[in-house]
Order: sequence, then structure tokens, then C-alpha cells
Amino acid sequence: MMLMNLFAEIDVSKLFGLALRTSISVQAATFALAAVGLNLHYGYTGLLNFGVVAFMAAGAYGMAIFFTQGWLGGSILLAIASGVVFAVVIALSIGLPSLRLRADYLALTTIAIAEVLRISFRSQRLLDLTGGPFGLPSIEDRNANVSFADVITVDWNPIKEGNYGAWFLEFDEKTLWVMIIGWSLVSLASLLIWGLMRSPWGRVIKAIREDEDAARALGKNVFSYKLQSLIIGGVIASFAGIVRAFDMGFVETQQFRPQTTFFIWTVLILGGAASIWGPIIGSMTFWFVIIFSEELLRQMVDSGWIPDAILQSNDIASVRMILMGIMLATLMIWRPQGLVGKKEEAQIDIR
Amino acid sequence: MTSDNQASELENVEAVPGSPKQDPILKIDNIVRSFGGLRAVDVDHLEVQRGIITAFIGPNGAGKTTLFNLITGFDKPDSGKWTFHQLSNKESWTTNLSGLRPHQIANKGMVRTFQLTKSLAKMTVIDNMLLGAAEQKGESLRNALLPSRWQKQEKQILKRAEDLLERFKLSHMRDEYAATLSGGQRKLLEMARALMSEPKLILLDEPMAGVNPVLVESLLVHIENLRDEGVSVLFIEHDMDAIMGISDWIVVLAEGQVIAEGTPSDVSKNPAVIDAYLGSEIAEELKDV
Repeated sequence: MMLMNLFAEIDVSKLFGLALRTSISVQAATFALAAVGLNLHYGYTGLLNFGVVAFMAAGAYGMAIFFTQGWLGGSILLAIASGVVFAVVIALSIGLPSLRLRADYLALTTIAIAEVLRISFRSQRLLDLTGGPFGLPSIEDRNANVSFADVITVDWNPIKEGNYGAWFLEFDEKTLWVMIIGWSLVSLASLLIWGLMRSPWGRVIKAIREDEDAARALGKNVFSYKLQSLIIGGVIASFAGIVRAFDMGFVETQQFRPQTTFFIWTVLILGGAASIWGPIIGSMTFWFVIIFSEELLRQMVDSGWIPDAILQSNDIASVRMILMGIMLATLMIWRPQGLVGKKEEAQIDIR
Repeated sequence: MTSDNQASELENVEAVPGSPKQDPILKIDNIVRSFGGLRAVDVDHLEVQRGIITAFIGPNGAGKTTLFNLITGFDKPDSGKWTFHQLSNKESWTTNLSGLRPHQIANKGMVRTFQLTKSLAKMTVIDNMLLGAAEQKGESLRNALLPSRWQKQEKQILKRAEDLLERFKLSHMRDEYAATLSGGQRKLLEMARALMSEPKLILLDEPMAGVNPVLVESLLVHIENLRDEGVSVLFIEHDMDAIMGISDWIVVLAEGQVIAEGTPSDVSKNPAVIDAYLGSEIAEELKDV
């Protein structure tokens, strides 16, 4: 009886609709893009980068600062370029001191740089440049609905005003355009990684992941390759930050907290490290599961099927993360190579 | 060149530690490496003859692997200088190797293998081989995305890799992950991979350790073939019996120092060597027998 009641209460169309919508959203595209960058770092080169978000923040803030300051005429393309350059600088400042050291030192440095960057952007001293805790653009501009994203989402938007699609998959022209940009960049970056990894360059990169000393003994300049990998992956992740900024219309330090890094790690491990499709499948699955479980719980709580004494609607957000964690742990036991990873190559060493 | 020629080159070489060779490929001077109070390596002078098989032997802890690590750049000595002497078309030149990083030394033509094999387990056997080739155009980021710039070279490398796999009897494992190879096959793969770069001097760290006796036989043949093709071989072994047959020259290390060198027959008669291996008491007893 109870079960019958449940099915009667659940809005299945909404459940799947919302989950599907999020799994193809700009949010999912940016996570996939950042995971493509991390995949080069960790999946192929074996670099433990726990500061993915630093590259995203560098891209987003580099672009936003350049644009809002109106440097060099405030061109949006130059602004994007400066975001990318900022990410390269971050890659160099992480890589030059720590890539010669053992892998764990790189992990520590990346996590530290990500936090240093976020807290600096937030500081009062940089208020004029970064907007401190308020972010960019300024409050006045935001109230007047003026943003650096306007050039991209309005001026350069080829899609006519209106709503497209149907059901829960209906998007306005701005969202649709940024979605197209986001997923195009994901495809482009994946194609780049595919091209690189099938070349002799990629062979050296994989050898470094397996055993640095073996690569050195065969005459490969391991340090230089690791730095190249860090820069390329970092630039890809910086585009994730830039696209996210265009989607939201503003940048804020809250978007670049360490948990974002761990979500992107989850995406990569879920989908499968060292595979081209891993980051894409991983990100879509990640968001589908998150929103599906959130919406299911919400409907169950709202219908009274789950009593208030057990779960209240404002706790759902944390419960969905617990579910995500359980799912990841289960996956690690049954399918350690991730959803689409190659078992022989991607399996995480449990030694 | 046959081994008879090389034997004649060694005829006039005195069997004393640090003796000068007629045509050395590697010269080591005053190399010292200490770990705390322990002088793990302390070699005044050592020359390695070109075109022959030289063995470093010595009991466990004699400093053989440390010396290997030092001269290949994987460890830094407290002091010391070592030079590489190359020869082509009657032209000869000397390269200073001290202070160079491991990949730079490998690129000069001096390639090593490791005691614990470093076959790249999550790469296929053929990828392991291809990796070994030097000066690949496609390994630079500039060319990586333009296959037209490296495909031709890749084909040549592939041909050589397949020939070498054939020779080392690994062809049937070509597309398997290296993780699936047996311990002995991994040793063979590592040696074959090192040969991909066409080294002038190959340094093998205990190539026979952990390999079954049947495979040891074929490993020894491979090492002899290398010499006959003109590659100088330097290898480490602590089992004296295993190397007597194939070494042209033996350098004996104990407690970080060269205590003897010479042909296998010189060395096996040398009381200092017996002493180092068996301890002085037994050496005394052996004298009486």
C-alpha cells in the first residue's frame, strides 16, 4: 500500500526532466571542461592537482578584471586571453618550484595556491580590482543588469530572442548560446587531448605517469613534459572558469571554493580517468544523480512519505552529497576504472 | 669485431685497480658519495674499455648500484668527474658527464636499465619499445598534433621495435600490457627498450636477478650479441659464477672501492677478491687446501 502511495505522489516527468536538464546545462559543461584539464594532469600524466579551481578562478578573474578595468579598450577577446595568460602564470608558479619534487608536494602546492588565490581575490586590499567579497562586476552594475557577459550573450548571440525546446528542456536564447559555447569547448578540448595522447608526445606523458625514472633513463626530459601538461590542462580548466562566468554573469570567490575541486575530481573518477569520454560522461552522470536524488527526496518529503522527524526539506542538499559519496565509494569497489575508463590503464593502484 | 680482437686489446692492460685502458669509453675520477658517515662509493680512477663486456661485481652493499646511479645522473656524488669518449669515422670526442641530468646522459648514448625492472606496466609492450627511441620529432609539443611531421619516423621506429622484439622473442606479446609479462620477460623488454635508442654504452643493473635459468642462458647470448655488434656493455652482478663465462673484463668492488680488476681468470685467482667474498678466515683455509 505504502509503495502504491509513493508512486502516486511522485512526479516522474519532473524528476527526470530536471535531472536531464542539469546534466546538459552550462554547469555540467564547465565541470566536464575542468575535468578534461584535470584528466590530462592526473589521468594521463599522473600529476596530483588538488587545485583545479585555481585555474578556473584565474581564468574567470583574469577575464573579469581585464574587462571591468577597461584595459586596452576592454575588448572581451583580449579579456579572455588575459584570463588564459593568468592561468599559464599560475601553472608556472605551481610547477616551477614543485614539479621536481615528489608527487605529494605538488598536491600540497596546488591546494595552497588555490586557497591563496581565492582569499586574495576576496581581500579588502584588492577591492578596486576584484570587488573583494562582492565580486565583479560591481554592485551598481549588477543592479543595472550590466555585465561582462553581455557582449557574448547579447551582442554576439546569433540566436533570436525566445524560448527553445520543450518540456523541462526549454532554454532561453542566452542560456542556449552559452550551452553551445560550453559544450563546443568541451568537444574541442577533448579532441585536442585525443590528438595529443595518440602522438609520441602522449606516449612520453603516459610513461611519466607509470614511472618517471624509466622515462628519464630513456632520455626524456620529465620536468619539461610535466610542466607542459600542467600548462595545457590548466588552460583548459581556465576556460571552464570563463564559461561559468559568462553563464552566471558575474564572478565571486564563493564559486571557487575547494569543494569545486573535489566535485571535479568526483566527475573524473566517476567517468573514468585516462579516457577521452570519461570527463564528459562523468559530469553528465554527476549532475543527473545529484539533481535526481535531490528532487526525489524533495518530493518524498513534501508528500509526507518521509516524515519530518527523519528528514526536513532544508537538509536535502546535504543528504544528496552523502548519496553521491556512497555512489562513488560503491563504484570504486565494483568498477574502479570509472564508467567508461579502460580497466588495464585507468585502474587506481590500491597497492 | 670479434671477441678475439678485444681480448688482444686487453692483453697489455695491467690487472690492477684503476689501470688505464687502450681505448676507454668511460673514465671516472675521484667519485665519492657518502650517506652519513658511510662512504658508499669512493673510486679514485676507473676506465671502461670500449667494445667489450665489463662486469662490476662485489658483495651486497659494495656500492655497485650506487656507482651506477651516480654515473647515470640518478644520484649526485659529493665530488667526482666522469667523461664519455665517443668515436666515429676516426674522429673522437670527449663529453663531460658530471653534473648532467639523467635524460641528458641518456641522450649522449649511455643508457641504463634498473635492478627492479621498470617496464611500464600500463602500456603495451610495443609502446614500451617505441618510447625507447631517441630524437623523436613527435615527442615535441610543436609537432605532436601534426601526424604528417612524425608518421614517417614513427614507421621506421616501429620497424626497428618489431625487429628487436623478434630478436628478444617477445613478438607474441607485442600488443599485451607489460603488466602481463613474467619477471624474466620484463628484463628482456627493458633491455630491448634501452637498445631502441641505439646506445654506445649500455649499463645493465643485475640483468640476471630473478630470471629463471633457461632465460638466463638467452639473456647471456643477447649480451654477447650486443658486444659483437659494437655496443659496449657494463653490467652489475653479484653472483660471480654467472658472469665468469661472458665477461671480458671484471671490476671488483667492495665497501665502495675498486679492489681488483682484470680478466675473469685474473680476478678468480686474486686473493683480495676471495677475501671480499668469503671473508679472510675462509681465504686462509683455502690457501692450506
